[in-house]
This record gives sequence, structure tokens and C-alpha cells, in this order.
Amino acid sequence: MFETFDALLLARIQFAFTVSFHFIFPAFSIGLASYLAVLEGLWLKTGKQVYLDLFKYWLKIFAIAFAMGVVSGIVMSYQFGTNWSVFSDKAGPVIGPLMAYEVLTAFFLEAGFLGVMLFGMNKVGRKLHFTATLMVAAGTFVSAFWILSVNSWMQTPTGYELGANGQFLPGDSWIAIIFNPSFPYRLVHTVIAAYLTTAFVVGGVGAWHLLKDKTNEHARKMFSMAMWMAALVAPVQIFAGDQHGLNTLEHQPAKVMAMEGHYQSHPDGAPFYLFGIPNDKTQTLEYAVGIPKASSLILKHDLNAPLAGLDTIPRDEQPPVFLVFWAFRIMVAIGTGMMLLGFWSLFARWRGTIYEWPALHRAAIVMGPTGFIAVIAGWVTTEVGRQPYTVYGLLRTAQSASPLDAPALAASLLAFIIVYFAVFGAGVWYILKLMQKPPHTGEKGVKRTEKGPVRTAGITPGPSQNPGDPSALPEDHEEATDGR
Amino acid sequence: MAVNIDLTTIWAFIIAFGIFAYVVMDGFDLGIGVLFPSFQPGPERDRAMNSIAPVWDGNETWLVLGGGGLFAAFPLAYAVILPATYPLIIAMLLGLVFRGVAFEYRWRDPAHRAFWDNAFTGGSLVAAMSQGMILGAILQGIKVVDRAYAGSWFDWLTPYTLLTGLGTVAGYALLGSTWLIWKLDGEAQDHARKLAMRAGLATVVLMAGVSLYNVALNETYAAKWLTAPELYYALPVPILTAIVALLLWRAIRTAQHSKPFWLSILLFLFGMAGLGFTIWPNVVPPGITIWDAAAPERSQIFMLVGVAITMPLIIAYTGWAYWVFRGKVGDEGYH
Repeated sequence: MFETFDALLLARIQFAFTVSFHFIFPAFSIGLASYLAVLEGLWLKTGKQVYLDLFKYWLKIFAIAFAMGVVSGIVMSYQFGTNWSVFSDKAGPVIGPLMAYEVLTAFFLEAGFLGVMLFGMNKVGRKLHFTATLMVAAGTFVSAFWILSVNSWMQTPTGYELGANGQFLPGDSWIAIIFNPSFPYRLVHTVIAAYLTTAFVVGGVGAWHLLKDKTNEHARKMFSMAMWMAALVAPVQIFAGDQHGLNTLEHQPAKVMAMEGHYQSHPDGAPFYLFGIPNDKTQTLEYAVGIPKASSLILKHDLNAPLAGLDTIPRDEQPPVFLVFWAFRIMVAIGTGMMLLGFWSLFARWRGTIYEWPALHRAAIVMGPTGFIAVIAGWVTTEVGRQPYTVYGLLRTAQSASPLDAPALAASLLAFIIVYFAVFGAGVWYILKLMQKPPHTGEKGVKRTEKGPVRTAGITPGPSQNPGDPSALPEDHEEATDGR
Repeated sequence: MAVNIDLTTIWAFIIAFGIFAYVVMDGFDLGIGVLFPSFQPGPERDRAMNSIAPVWDGNETWLVLGGGGLFAAFPLAYAVILPATYPLIIAMLLGLVFRGVAFEYRWRDPAHRAFWDNAFTGGSLVAAMSQGMILGAILQGIKVVDRAYAGSWFDWLTPYTLLTGLGTVAGYALLGSTWLIWKLDGEAQDHARKLAMRAGLATVVLMAGVSLYNVALNETYAAKWLTAPELYYALPVPILTAIVALLLWRAIRTAQHSKPFWLSILLFLFGMAGLGFTIWPNVVPPGITIWDAAAPERSQIFMLVGVAITMPLIIAYTGWAYWVFRGKVGDEGYH
């Protein structure tokens, strides 16, 4: 008995590890692909060099992020079977086709056009290249559509029948499966999250270079674009998150109870807890600090509305509260911070100091990577919050696992941890090194040549070589001579 | 029921096509990884890498289709094969991680280029060997009780799976070297020709070895290959394989450019046809047929619609992407 539990826990940790790592890259590349499409579109429309430079600057970063997304994604398509073979057998007829559609309509689209997007600028015409960029961007979105449909079906299963062999079988309408009740909310909330994550990365990089040189035209442009996103989209995201929460309350009330830390039912207005240490054993929220009746106001739009607590849910059907409670708070705090930074930037814009306010730029740098934390925190909230089920209310996690022994899972988990930290750590390091270089006129693409280091040093236009920043020079040599 | 049988058969062929597409497309870029150490650091390596940089990502997508398609069309097979070959799957995935990022990293970090070149080779080799061994582990049979894998930890490690693993490595090296014959010129091309000859010889010998071993593996396989009337269906495969092998040998030795690559693909096609004939109609021998493992009709039809619409498009734009980067990989890299 103890051994099964161990294997199960290891299988869960391994899946959580590989999927969290993987999720970071699409969260970035969904947003970045669209940003690149916007930049190239603006360049084609206005003919302004700054857009082309920014396009090439971010394209190099995109190439690395995308490669990491691809290889960590291939792992995911096999983790279902390696770790959750019983789940795969049972749910395969319903979710398998959706994942097949993801491959057919998204992955091939991305991968097919990526080569042209990265390396083909001088091989095809401008419009055709722009089309390739658009296709890659569309592919990232379509991919999110399908995989979130799968995930949503596991959270709010509809449109299925139960087969005699224990399998979930599709009912007579695929629409009922694809557009299950939580899907539209999850899709909107997650895709906006990806856009915001990217916007804050772009904003952080722009701010970093503005601090060093506030006249840098490229840094100004990217910072300004990012701050518009922050000001306009962060509030939208908070609204979308609220709607998603209301949907969850309807379909997975236990998850919301865990998010709120409501072990007890509140017949006349439930508090919103700002702080507390959830204790599942005693079923109490220790050291709780809360705003009276605020939770009822948020969830029911009525101060005195009754809210049921986990005391209405059998113990063996409750999710672990601690992770859900705190992951939710981290996500909300970051979302609020993003919105506040957006408003601050509006104020700075109105004052005319958006490019000359170091405090704002420092805040933007601090907020730069927080999108990733928020995305992971949101993911933990929804995934841990739906425990102990893989298919909500129908198939328990404990009944989904592969017949593998703990040592096999432990060994592979260790291998994943070592390899992922080494490989993706290196990748993130390379991305940071690229970000550290200021964007400049005559930015190079991802072209490569096999000629030696000196080759391109003389081709970079003089003014663009920023003499004040030695980091601008040393690495340019490995990119080839794309003259555009 | 009659409709169901047809759909399942169609799906078996779609999955087989997906695996074939993967094997030849990622096969050549994995093969280049395997052969990488034999190329001189500097221009020769960079040109070899440049010849696959724009397409490797699309090539690997076929592996996702193989995994995803098997999951969707034959969920039981997916649920049995993956736990049964667990260490191989993990090794393959980690190998693919290393060699996949090496494409980007070796350009980003010239100071550690030698390390990432080794990662590219090591990852490719591990991935190729694992894939071949997974194939062998399926062909030799998987113990299943109650819809789940019931074998032990090391069932996948036998002389037979080692043989199929080596055969796959050799075959990928053949595909990689013939691709380079096509894409390179001058001394580098001559070098690729030499490699192709060795890889071709190894491939043919190992293919023959696997074929003979198949017959010795169990009575079902032996009966298929050695008794009439099945024998008459089977016989053309080894004969055609032998003819293609001879043509390939000549094409590599003469001044052909693209022909060796196409003949290598043909060699793979016949090899796979032979293995398909051996395993048919099982998807997980000895007990699970394609009909046992098949997803319900509704799932099959839904996906068939998707495949019918998207597959021609995928083939079209993938072909276009290859066309954009046609021709020799010259001294100047991409322009």
C-alpha cells in the first residue's frame, strides 16, 4: 500500500515538473509570436526601420524559446502514456482526438513555417515571409485552443458516455466535448496571461535599456508598446479571471473553497482571507487575516450571501488546501501589481516622463519576469484544486497511474530534473545574454554562417555600435551578414 | 461492424504513414547527428547543421503525431507500449531534448560549441537507438494482463532489441549521409559518399539480420514468412529490397546527387513493409490486434475528417518549406 502511494506521488511530481517547465515556454512563445507578427506588420505598413530592428531582436530570442518549447513539448505528448497509462486508456477515445487535432492543426503549422520565419527572410518575398510569421503566431494560438479544451474537459467533463470496458466514449456531439463549460473561460484567461507575460518581459527589457540610455529609440518603442498592453490588458485579465472564478464556483465548488481557505461554511457572508496557514488535518485556517464578507461580495455580488465550505465535502474528495490557497494569492497579487504598473505608466505618459522616470523603469524590470510566476501559480491553483481527480468527479488520480514501480519513476524524475535544469538553464542564460544587448539599428536576424568571427564585424553600421556598452560587440560575429 | 473494421484498418495505415514519415524525415537529421563527429569542426560541421536547421523542428512534429495519433486512434496500445518501454521512452525524450536545443545553443555559445556538438551527437545516437529498440520491443511481444503491461523491468532489453536498435542507427546514418550528398558539394560531399557506403552496408546487413531473427522469434512469424500462401505475398519484399540496395550502392558510387537519398527512403519503405507484414494484424503482439486497441468509431471518424482536411495542407506547406531551402548549402549560409 505504501509503495503504491509512493509511486503515485512520484508520478504526480514528475508530471507536475515536466508540465510546469514546459508551460513556461509556450506562455512566452504564444505572446512573442503575436508580438513578432505585429512588429513585422507595422514594419511592412510604415516602412520604419525601428520595427524591423525590433522584429529581428526578438526573433533571436524567440528561436531559443521556441526550441525549448518544442523539445519539452515532445516529452509531454509521451508523459500521458508513461505516467498515466490507465487514464490514457480510459480517456483516450475522448481527449486523444483533440490532441491529434492539436498536432494536425497547430504543431505542423508552427513547425512548417518556423524555418521560413527564422531563416527565410531573404529567400522569400516580404509578404510571404509575413505570412509565415502569421502562420506561426496562429499555430501557437490554435495549439492553446486544443490543449486547453482537453484540460477543460478533464475539469468539467461533458458530452461523454461510459463504455462497458470502463472507457469514456464520445457522445453524439464533439461540440459538447470541445466546448465544455469551463473551456471558454480558461481559454480567454490563459491566452491573455500569455500575452501579458510576454508584454512584461518586453517591458522589462525595454526598461533595462532605458535606464542605461533613455534616448535609445528601440528601447523606447518596446517599452511604450509593453506599457500600453499592461494598462489596457491587465484590467481585462482581472475581469476575465473573475469570470473564470465564478464558472469554477458553479462547476468545481471544492476548488473555490480551497482557493478561499473556507474550511467552514458561512451562512451569512464569507470573509476573503488575505493571509492564513491552511491546515488540512485540523480543517482550520490558522493565523487567518480576512476582510469580512468580501468573499461573498466577490463570488455572489452580495455581502450576506451564504457560501458553503469544505465541511460540506467528504474528506477524501477535498483538494489539498495549502498549495491552492497560496498559489491563488500569488497569482492575484501579481495580476494586481501588473495593473498598477499599467496605471502608473498611463500617468507617466500623461506627464510626458514615461521614458525618463527611473523608478517606473525599475518597477518594470522587477515586474518583468513575474508573468511566468503568475502563470505557474494559476496552473497550480487549477490543477491542484481539482484533485483528487484526473477526470473531475469521475476518475481518481490514484486510479489513473501506470503500473510502474517507484524506483523507475524516481530514477526518471531525477534524470528529468538534472537534464531540464542544465539544458533549460543554459537556454535561459542565452536568452538573458541576448536581452542584455541593446537593440540597435541594423539588427541582425538568426542567420548563420560558417565563416570565422571577424566576418561581420565590419558590416554592422557604425552608429549602431554602442561604444558605451562593450556587451554590444562580442557576440555579433556568430550571426551572419543579413544586410537588411 | 463492417464499417468499423474498415475505419480501424484505415487508421492503422494512417499511423503507419505517420511513423514512416517520421522515420525518414527525422531519420536523416538524427543520422546527421550520429555522423557529426566525423565532420571537421568549422565550415564542414556548420554546413551539415545548416542543411537541417530550418526543417528539423517540422520533422520532429511527426513524432508528436505518432504519439498523439496512437493515443487517439489506439489508446490501449499507447497505454501498454509506453509503460512497457518506459526506460527507452525516457531515454529517447531526453536524447531529443539535448540534440534539439543544440541546434540553437551551438550558435549562441561559441565558447562551448564543442560541448553542444557532443550533445547533438549523443542525443541523436541515444534517440535513434531507443527508437529502434522500442520497435524491437513491440515486435518481440509484450506481456499484457487485464489491459495493462504485466512484464518486468527489463523485458525490452534482449539481443533482438539491440539488433533492431543498431539497425535503426545504421539506417538513420544512411539517410543522413545521403541527405548530405544531396545538400553538399566538393570535399564534404565526397566525405558524405564514403559515409553513405559504410552506413548502407551496415543497414543492409542489419536488416537481413533482423529479418532472419524475426523468423526465429516465434512460430507465428515463422509461419507467415515460410509457408504458402502468405509466403507469396511476402516474397516480393526481400526481392525488391535487394534490388533497391544494389541501385543505392551504384547511386552512391556514381556522381548522383539526390538519387541516393530517394533510394534510401525506398529501402526504408520496404523494410517497414516487411515489419508491418510480420506484425499484422496485431498492434501489440502477441495478444492485442488493431481492432482490440481501436478507439470507438466516433473518435475515428472525427479524426479522419481532420486528417483528410489537414494532411494534404501539411504535406503542401512542408513541401514548400523544403522548397524554399532547396539547393546546395553554400559557403555563405542562408541568404
